[in-house]
Amino acid sequence: MLRFLLRRSLGAVAILVIISAVTFFLFYAIPRNPALLACGKGICTDEQLAVVEANLGIDRPVPVQYWEYMVGIFAGRDFPAGHCPAPCLGFSFRNNTPVLDTILDRLPTTVSLTVGGAVVFLTLGLALGMLAAWRQGGLLDKTMSSTSLVLSSMQIYFLGPLALALLVYNNQILPQPTYVPFTEDPLGWFQGLLLPWLVLATIFTANYTRMARATLIEQLQEDHVRTARAKGMSPRTVFFRYAWRGSLIPVVTIFGIDLGSLFGGAMITEFTFALPGLGRLAVESVTQSNLPMLMGVMLFAALMIVLFNIIVDACYALIDPRVRLA
Amino acid sequence: MSSQTEAVEAELVGRSPGQLMWRRFRRDRVGVISACVVVTFFALGLLAPVISALYGKDPYTRYGQLDPGLLNQYGYPVKPNGGMDGEFWFGIEPFTGRDVLTTLLYGIRTSLLIALAVTVLAVVTAILLGIAAGYLGGRWDFFISRGIDLLMAFPQQLFFVAFLPIIATLFVDPREETPTYVKVVSIILVLWALGWMTLGRILRGATLALREREFIEAARVSGASPWRIIRRELLPNVVSPMLVQSTYMLPNFVTTAAALSFLGVGLTEPTPDWGRMFSLAAEVYRSDITYMFFPGVAMVIFVVAFNLLGDSVRDAFDPKTVR
Repeated sequence: MLRFLLRRSLGAVAILVIISAVTFFLFYAIPRNPALLACGKGICTDEQLAVVEANLGIDRPVPVQYWEYMVGIFAGRDFPAGHCPAPCLGFSFRNNTPVLDTILDRLPTTVSLTVGGAVVFLTLGLALGMLAAWRQGGLLDKTMSSTSLVLSSMQIYFLGPLALALLVYNNQILPQPTYVPFTEDPLGWFQGLLLPWLVLATIFTANYTRMARATLIEQLQEDHVRTARAKGMSPRTVFFRYAWRGSLIPVVTIFGIDLGSLFGGAMITEFTFALPGLGRLAVESVTQSNLPMLMGVMLFAALMIVLFNIIVDACYALIDPRVRLA
Repeated sequence: MSSQTEAVEAELVGRSPGQLMWRRFRRDRVGVISACVVVTFFALGLLAPVISALYGKDPYTRYGQLDPGLLNQYGYPVKPNGGMDGEFWFGIEPFTGRDVLTTLLYGIRTSLLIALAVTVLAVVTAILLGIAAGYLGGRWDFFISRGIDLLMAFPQQLFFVAFLPIIATLFVDPREETPTYVKVVSIILVLWALGWMTLGRILRGATLALREREFIEAARVSGASPWRIIRRELLPNVVSPMLVQSTYMLPNFVTTAAALSFLGVGLTEPTPDWGRMFSLAAEVYRSDITYMFFPGVAMVIFVVAFNLLGDSVRDAFDPKTVR
């Protein structure tokens, strides 16, 4: 396990270094005038442009700039506009604060949204998939396979406002979505995020229901399941001890693949429900053309996805003893 | 279906895989219906100017401002249900008073154009790189596969949002207003950059498996050039994953491009666009929910039909798969 973690962490660092290099290059070498882009379209005066240019250090070659960025992550950097302590992911010239401060400020919202949403869709997906496989071809199975197709084809930007109009404004069934920190008011946190979780989960649940159902049906036909049944084990025990466990592996696999799109889904959800998260921060940074902030969010999101991928891979070993992590 | 497939296997089975696929597909009622729906969407998009001429409205004119009786003082349609009547079948847009039906038709046209261009580019890229990795192997395979791994590790949607404005500055100075065609080209480029990997990986795997088969070896032994082997032996055999994967890719590109417009980084006023309609709908749904209805329902139908079509095409190519 330790060797696995060490090896994967080294791989993750390599991937992050390459992603940061590619992103940095795309941000600062491709545009004709990155300083102008960072300063803002249409609103940038010549003096402001000069300030931003001095702050970005745009006059030096891009590799040197990248090297300074990387050094800054470990040692911190000083800009004419202010100090950026390590780990410095960049410095936003719009409000003269280190990028990381804003990111950490927005992080709890995105984590609450994605983790809560994932809990909802994993539970729902597995439970519905189990029910469908239990009575394969039954009424529930049939209605579920048709509704799940429609629900998974829904888009958050359509479903979100629709749910808001129907469940919040017209009928007051659910409270208005907001973000309240968990530490301040756990109940308010839950109530405020309930609708965003449900909307986010609607898009993803169908996939997991389908996958759980298909693999469960496959597992139920396996030899070891048949043997257990032949030995007189009760159907319930067979179902939960043997078949269910085996069906978790593909579910975990798609979850690992879905992490990136989960973050993307969170971005649209945050935007739809006006939740102050990382995704909204990214969209705001684009519309205000805040290049350092965008770079920071990009790198941070990549870091989170890579980290979660390692966790997902480690979960394989817990579920399936045949997997050797070496 | 490609004539090459037929030529290769005609003598063996009497009926080409293409014909077999077509026969199986025709028997699949869901598949045929969804194919009809998909064709209808393309026809609507293609014929948008014709329909708009027959219907007598266009998506740019602000009817609400020409005729002050259409919108109330807050900018919302006076008539109920978003201003639907005999003249404006799907109602009128709040604030501007544009016609919703033609806006939607032209919006579908824009979205399908973008998605189609991205799909073609992505499929071509996937074929070139996937088959190169699988067939040439060795160093090529290593670099292409690592490249795919790396691109897969990118946070996709965030990448799209972040790079759209940057790609646009390749063509125009950030000081100037970005013209619409530049926006369209940047959307296509950005979606293309991260859209080809899944198919690329599938094609690499398929090529790796095919490379060792006897008929390829026979072709190689009889002196066929690598180019001929790829063109005449390999390509016809990967048509089915290619077709299936592109039917899943295209609606994905449509919804992603729409999401970009929704987030305010894609196409903007006054270009008629599917996603832009959602971003206005999200602003006005509390006062006028009808406006969201037509683009929303149209998109759900479109995506459902395309996914069903994808499943049917897959079943027709490979009857062994169980849904």
